[in-house]
This record gives sequence, structure tokens and C-alpha cells, in this order.
Amino acid sequence: MKNTLRQVFHSGKFVAGFCIFAFILLMMIIYPLINPGNPLERIGVGTFAKPGTYVSLYDTVDTETETFKLADADDKRLAKILSDSDRVSMVEWLTQAEVDLTGVSMNDTEKLLDLWHANYDDSIRLKGMTKAQRNYYVRLNNSLNNASKADTLTVTDVDPDTNEVVEKTKIQKTDYVNVGDVANTKTLPLGTDNFGRDVLKELVSACGTSIMIGLIAGLVATFIGLLLGLLAGYLGGVADDIIMFITNIFTVIPSFVLLILISYSLGQDQRGATTVAIVIGLTSWVWTTRSVRSQVISLRNRDHVNLSKLSGHSLMRIIMTDILPYIASYVVMAFILQVSSGILAEAQLSLLGLGPKTTEVPTLGLMMNWAMLYSAHLNGSWWAYFPVILTIAGISFSMNLMNTGLDQVFNPTLRD
Amino acid sequence: MRNEDISSRPLCLSGRGVTKIFTTGKTRTVAVDHVDFEFHEGELISIVGESGSGKTTLSKMLLGLLNITEGEILFQGQPRDISNMHKRREYWRGIQAIFQDPFSSFNVFNKIDTVLLDCINMRGGKRLPMEKKIEMMTEACSFVNLKFAELTNKYPFELSGGQMQRLMIARIFLLKPKILLADEPTSMIDACSRATILDMLLQLRDEVGMTIIFITHDIGLAYYISDSVYIMEHGKFVESGSADDVILNPKAAYTKRLISDVPKIYEPWDLNTVAQ
Repeated sequence: MKNTLRQVFHSGKFVAGFCIFAFILLMMIIYPLINPGNPLERIGVGTFAKPGTYVSLYDTVDTETETFKLADADDKRLAKILSDSDRVSMVEWLTQAEVDLTGVSMNDTEKLLDLWHANYDDSIRLKGMTKAQRNYYVRLNNSLNNASKADTLTVTDVDPDTNEVVEKTKIQKTDYVNVGDVANTKTLPLGTDNFGRDVLKELVSACGTSIMIGLIAGLVATFIGLLLGLLAGYLGGVADDIIMFITNIFTVIPSFVLLILISYSLGQDQRGATTVAIVIGLTSWVWTTRSVRSQVISLRNRDHVNLSKLSGHSLMRIIMTDILPYIASYVVMAFILQVSSGILAEAQLSLLGLGPKTTEVPTLGLMMNWAMLYSAHLNGSWWAYFPVILTIAGISFSMNLMNTGLDQVFNPTLRD
Repeated sequence: MRNEDISSRPLCLSGRGVTKIFTTGKTRTVAVDHVDFEFHEGELISIVGESGSGKTTLSKMLLGLLNITEGEILFQGQPRDISNMHKRREYWRGIQAIFQDPFSSFNVFNKIDTVLLDCINMRGGKRLPMEKKIEMMTEACSFVNLKFAELTNKYPFELSGGQMQRLMIARIFLLKPKILLADEPTSMIDACSRATILDMLLQLRDEVGMTIIFITHDIGLAYYISDSVYIMEHGKFVESGSADDVILNPKAAYTKRLISDVPKIYEPWDLNTVAQ
């Protein structure tokens, strides 16, 4: 036993898979300690806030400032104001006005602005330009002029007694606040989802729920598969015929179709995470049964089983001590695969909207479902679904890697 | 013992029309075909035949590990009853076996102590104090030239093939059954260990007074050790009788062939008969 464990942990593949899985598990335990609270709390009012650190604008006004004179500050500010479409429009205007644009790149803010200020005149009427377009260029010109002119921004407040607008504070272009001094900042490493929930917090919680669903599904499937396989293989005869008849029926019906039908007929209210896990387990025991049965059949006529019978051992004891230990490594491997496929099955089911009900716990599949329903994949909100896919792939990959490693240890013909 | 009149002793195990038919789908394979036999107490019987002649199937039926399709087996003159677990356990106190392959005869997850303790428990020694049990195990091990102190807490696969087969005999020593069925116990072992093991079996027979049913494909070995010989071909006994009668005056063609197939050291081996 000790020797086997040592062998298992010397297998590179198993160790790699184990490390990835342990890292995911560790994150699941540690992250809620750092960032406690309800993972489904809606912190954002809008949908799909980008990943990053958010600083409270209200609090920055009252925060102590430092003055920095940075040479490239103005350029950066202008570059931020000028959107890509504005730049394209500017180049279009300049081309129409027959200005020589050779050697000027669209991203070169300084040269583009120099040319613009030198050539633009709102009195020039270019051919084929509508009034709306002309107004747009006037507005653009004004905003560019303002950005370079105004040095201060005045923050005003309304006096509640007199209803008069009073100046509260003046913000200089050179004023900076330390982010650490601002009373309210919020870092969202993966932004928010469609309901304005912290994606990372949700992901960590979903990961835990999904692994739990996988474990329950794996346990149920392995238990049923093992029990039926042992009985069919060891007893043989009529028991074998009956069990294999049932198993064959389940084999020919695709288990995913069965899963969809059972989930659908259960109804939305009945589908908790545990229920879904058990349903997944109930539809995926077939292959475990078949392979356990075939292994048991080859074991039951071995001499050590005969010797055990001759020693007067009961059926239960023979199965537990003479059969089960011999197939234990195989069952562990099958269990790992069942857990991995259980997680995938939950994701598939939830993506179709037949997963656990959506109000209680997040699961990896539900997160994908929400992201899909709110078109995260169309509006470029990659943070709502890509980390989820990566997590599912990571869990699945680590488990398959562990399985391959175990296979190589227990099945020496596969060693390279 | 060979010269003594064994046939006057009481019957230990006998069979009438014992048959085993394996049915897979529509094909029926007759493995053992209406065999009759009479084994007396303290007798050493050899069942000789080629691979596939039904020896092992017959031995499994004798042990009660396989159901009999037809016929009946009498144990100590009474029809054998192994219909439930309790009766089977009782029957197995009277008949035990040594298997061909020592490497697959032991459960690799059980320690040697477990194997031997099981035998003591089966003989009703479950309540004995631990010291007494260890004493019994030590005695059994020393009977087969093994040291229990060195074996304790070891696993069977840490022993050599010969040692494992000796451990099997130690098991029989503890169980002291009426009948021992030895299914080719020496075929996987080198010649030197073979002699030791055969010697131990014979010694055990004299000490406990049990019947040994020796299943082998080696007719020379059968002649060397047994009182009576049964020759088996295609699931039938083609010839039976005392070892001297059968092997020195073979009547059936199959027996003659088996005898001529035994290689002799000082004579060139006639491969023509082997090729048949």
C-alpha cells in the first residue's frame, strides 16, 4: 500500500495533475477567507463591468492631493479623449481638404493635432458634407480646444439652505491622489457579470459547487456501477443475465438524452445542486458496471478465490477481501473519470438551462448559461465566460492527467 | 502401504456417473463424462491425463466449487450435501486442496499470518489464546521447514514458489482434512523442491492418515507415489486400478501412449509417439 502510494507520487503525470487540482482546491478554500461574503451579491447596477480597480469618484474629491508635473500628461489626456473613430473622421476631413498627410500616422496624436489646428476652419465648406457632419466637426474641434486650454475643473455643490450653487473645490490638472488614500476602491480582477456580481468570487464559489456535484455524481455512479458489476460478475447465471439486460438498455440510450429528459421532468423547482448531481450519477454508472463485471469474471475463478471459499469465507467476505482489493485501483481510476465527466455533464446541462435552479448557488455551467443568455460572447465581455471555460478545462485536464498517471502505475504495459 | 489391501478399507469418497456439461449459448461441451470412482481412506490416488482431459473440472466438482450436471458424489458413504453455506463449511473441513500455481493461490493483500490464522479458526480454534495460536502456526511452519518468526508480517509474494507451496502444505497441516486434493502441486516448481514437497505430502498422509487425490499429467510421478491410478481421456476414465497393474500392464492405448511419452534419461526419446 505504502509502496503503491510512493509509486503513484513518482509518476510525473499524476503529480502534475494532482498539483493543478490541489491548486484549484486551495484557491477554493483560501479565496473566500480573503474575500468573504455572498458570492451572488449584486454589487454593480450595470452589466459587465470590465476587470480592473475601481476608485470612488466622490471620495477622490475630498482626498488629499499631491502635485506632479508630468511632461506627457497632456498628450495622454488628449489621446484618451480622441477615440479611434474621431481620428478616422479627422483624417477624412484633412484628406477632403487636400492637406498633405504623408508621414502622419493615425496613432501619432501630436502630429495629427498639429495638422488639425493648422488647417481646420469651421468656415470651410467641403463638398458632399451634411450639416450634421459639419456640426460634429465643430463639436470635436471645441472639445479638443477645451482639453488643451482648461487647467482647472471646478466642483460645485448646492447649498441646501439658500439653494445657491457654491464652489466646493478646484481640481488642478496637476493634482494626483494616492489610490491608497481614497476611502472606497474596489478591485474586480474579473469584472462583473450580467447581474453586476463579482465574477471571481462567483467563480470560486461555482468551482466548489461544481466539484461537489462531480463528487456526488461520481460516488453515486461508482457505487451503483461497482455494486451491480460485482454482483453480475461474481454471482453469474440469472443474476448476471438480469443485470446485464438492464445495463444494456442503459447503454443503448445515450445517457445525455436521458439526463435531459429526467432533468426536464423534474422541473425547475425540484432541481437543486444535489438533485442534479444524483441524476447525473444515476445515468452514468453503465460503463463502470460493464468493466467491473468483466474484471470480476476473470477474478472469480482464480485460485486465491477458490482457496478463500475452501476456507469457509462468506460471500461478503470473499467479495470484500479477495475481489475488491484486486479491482480497487481500477475503481479509483473510474471514479476520477466519473467525477470529471460529472462536472462536464453539469456544465452541459446548465448551458441548456436544465441545470440546478438559478437562485441559490452558482455552478460553472450556470455561469456559462448566464453569460450566454446576456450575449457576453457577442459584446466582447470575455471575462464573464472565458475564466469559467478555463476552470472547467483545468479541472477536467488535471483529473484526466491523474488518471493517466494512475493507469501507468497500475498497468505496467503502458509505461514508456 | 502399497502392498496392503487398500480395497478392504472404508470408502472415503466415491462417485457414480459424475458428469459436467458446460453450456455456452447453443454449444455444449462435455468436460467430464459419466465417471465412476471409489477412493478409500488413507489411499493415494493419482488421476492422470493430458491438458484438457477434464482433470481440473473433476477436481473442482470433488471440492464442491462446481455444480455437478449429473450423477452423485458420496462422502464417507453418505450422499454429499452442500446445499447451504453451513453444510459447505462442514464439507470443506473434510476436504481441502493444494493448487497448481502457488503464485496465484494466495491473496496478495493478506499477510501470511492471516492465511494460517484462518485455518486455525476453521478448525474451531477461534477462542484460543494468541500464544497457543502462534505455537500452532510455528509447529505447522516447522513441519514444512519454514520459520514462522521469519514469515510473520510478510506477504506471500515475498516468498519463492517452493516456499509458497510449502506454506500451502502448512495450511493443510493445520486443517488436517480427511481428503487432500492436490491439483498438480509440483508442476510449477523445480525438481529439487518437487521432491521435498512430495516427501512432505507423503509424510503428512502417514501422520494424519488422510486420503490424497493427486492430479497430474506426469505418469512417471504417479507410478512413483500412488496406490491406485485413474487414467483420464476426454472426460472419461479409460483405465483404473492399482499403480502396478495400470502402469506395468497397460491395457488402454491411451495409457500406453502416455507411458511411452515419458522421457527416459538413458534411452533416445521416440518423438514419433509424441507427435501423434
